[in-house]
Amino acid sequence: MNPSGDRALVLAAIRRNLGRGPLPADQAALLHARLGAHPRGPIPARSRLPRAGQLALFAANIEKEFGTIVRVADPAAVPEAIADYLAQQNLPSALVMSPHPELAALPWAERPLLRVRTGRAEASDVVSLQHGFAGVAETGTLMLPSAPDRPTTLNLLAETAIVMLRASRVVGAYEEAWDLLRTERRDALTGGFMPRNVMLVTGPSRSADIEQSLELGAHGPRRLHVVLVDDDEAAA
Amino acid sequence: MLPTSPAFKKNARAALADAGLQRALERTKPHFQQRRAAAVAALPEFEALRERGREIKNHTLANLDFYLETWADNVARAGGEVHWCATASDAREAVLGICRRAGARIVTKGKSMVSEEIGINEFLEANGITPVETDLGEYIIQLGHEPPSHIIAPAFHLNREDWEARFRKAHTDLPADRVFRERRDILTEARGELRQRFLAADVGITGANFLIAETGSSVIVTNEGNGDLTQTLPKVHIVLASIEKLVPTLEDASVLLRLLARSATGQDFSVYTTFSTGPRRAGDLDGPEQYHVVLLDNGRSAMLGTEFQDMLRCIRCAACMNHCPVYGAVGGHAYGWVYPGPMGAVLTPTLIGIDKAANLPNASTFCGRCESVCPMKIPLPAMMRHWREREFERHLTPHFARRNLGLWAWFARRPAAYRLATRAAALALGLLGRRSGRFRHLPLAGAWTRGRDLPAPEGQTFFARYARESRKAR
Repeated sequence: MNPSGDRALVLAAIRRNLGRGPLPADQAALLHARLGAHPRGPIPARSRLPRAGQLALFAANIEKEFGTIVRVADPAAVPEAIADYLAQQNLPSALVMSPHPELAALPWAERPLLRVRTGRAEASDVVSLQHGFAGVAETGTLMLPSAPDRPTTLNLLAETAIVMLRASRVVGAYEEAWDLLRTERRDALTGGFMPRNVMLVTGPSRSADIEQSLELGAHGPRRLHVVLVDDDEAAA
Repeated sequence: MLPTSPAFKKNARAALADAGLQRALERTKPHFQQRRAAAVAALPEFEALRERGREIKNHTLANLDFYLETWADNVARAGGEVHWCATASDAREAVLGICRRAGARIVTKGKSMVSEEIGINEFLEANGITPVETDLGEYIIQLGHEPPSHIIAPAFHLNREDWEARFRKAHTDLPADRVFRERRDILTEARGELRQRFLAADVGITGANFLIAETGSSVIVTNEGNGDLTQTLPKVHIVLASIEKLVPTLEDASVLLRLLARSATGQDFSVYTTFSTGPRRAGDLDGPEQYHVVLLDNGRSAMLGTEFQDMLRCIRCAACMNHCPVYGAVGGHAYGWVYPGPMGAVLTPTLIGIDKAANLPNASTFCGRCESVCPMKIPLPAMMRHWREREFERHLTPHFARRNLGLWAWFARRPAAYRLATRAAALALGLLGRRSGRFRHLPLAGAWTRGRDLPAPEGQTFFARYARESRKAR
């Protein structure tokens, strides 16, 4: 079998039914231009707010979707906030954390009872800590792109997923989060900006498959907790 | 899956008499309808998004060859492999080939309607590979060896006691005397059982809600996270996608995503919306080592340039079936194949042939609710009518219906005879039904009166009354 299968066959069938041959160069150029410009559709007005309002909307939507959120004044307060959360939830004082420099720089030594492992998550991990790339206020959504310092398993395997996010990384709409990815990332393999995996996460895992009754914690985390670091002076 | 669509009428009768199914329908209908209405009401831009969504899909379909090639080049650039498949059989072979090369024994699966369409589970089983459905609803119907009854709530037709019975039968490693006190206990058991499968799987198969040309990405949308575990943990990820899933850019996908969850479950956004682009990159600590997309045509390209092209805009949200009075009465299994409800009534004849699926476009009252809630504004009733025309042209319509249509047409072309006949009928029925105003039995209308009374006419026709009132008005 031809390794790519029926590429020519499928494309020929499409063109035949559209009643034309391959696109002429000028039309293809227009389509390339549209890809380059990637125009936005209508952006819901709900997220067009001043910064403080946008952050409040983000927090309200996290809670609407059954997540929890705590705001801390600076990164140094994150280990304490996490230790407090784990104690409140009666969870073990142990977590697996992304090998992200901002997480590694946190003052973990001040919480010696909190056992912290760095790496990808394994099935035995109960609590995970991920570094959030961006937040989207429109629906309380976290953008978690994969990278060597942001493994995907940390979003999925533990029963309790904690995400640290800087308030300055909260945007209004999805399109603004894509723009952050477009401008900040260069991929060595493709030359583009897209990482292997981008998860948009809105609340903890759930299912309504049993009699349309909502239950949390289907296969992914049962709890999603966001620690928002208030580093955004415009929002103060 | 062998279609039972030719037996729709028999299936529907059985469904109406199925008390468990009727209980499930009564529970499910208001659930979906109310949640969608609330989500749409909370987003003033919903209509503008629908309009834009339709434009995006129309633009993509008009240039589908260009966008498919762009997408495929970008998949290759990210280290992935595209397998172009003209038919369902090609797609099955492609999946099996990848599984064999990976030495796969257990394959986990995220929810995929294309996988139902090509019958991949039976095929893998026949070839010694064990497929495990991981979406909770798909898992329970796999345990019961039955097809999904809904495209986003595949097990809505089951009640709690069905779940418990199937779990007791399947999970023999657990104590037989365990008690399921609440629904959560059922969920927890499934989580534990399936977690072992996620970790043991050699290959993970998911569907795709969208393919994105500019990045070469595939997108899945789930609430459980099962799709993400399926595609993250095994060493090989296979995406099953059909050609009409394509959109040009991430911004275009964002428009459609704002429509999808609201139209489907009434959520503002699904819990996990995940964009996958190729296999594990240098330095990554997790993710699959291989990324394949099995790209399926299976009759879709033949819809381009026809009166059915608009159907290719469908984003599989299920709003049409959630609001359909026929689906709401008989559920999804009666339709007899993979895609039920109004979208299935249009799509199924394309995929399995109008000769087998002729009942489906006829299972409609043409009330138009499906079109009014469709986020992609697909003219579903008009397309069902096109199928009825084709059915009639090809002489597939049953003899009895054909003869009566012929009789009606004879009168309809002769206005004088038509008025005379209808006046006589209205007068006679009006006299006969004078006392109760309705008929409990009526010769030639037994199919109607078996289920409900037929209201009696008032003795005169609309034409006669219109003529009289016009005279009076003058």
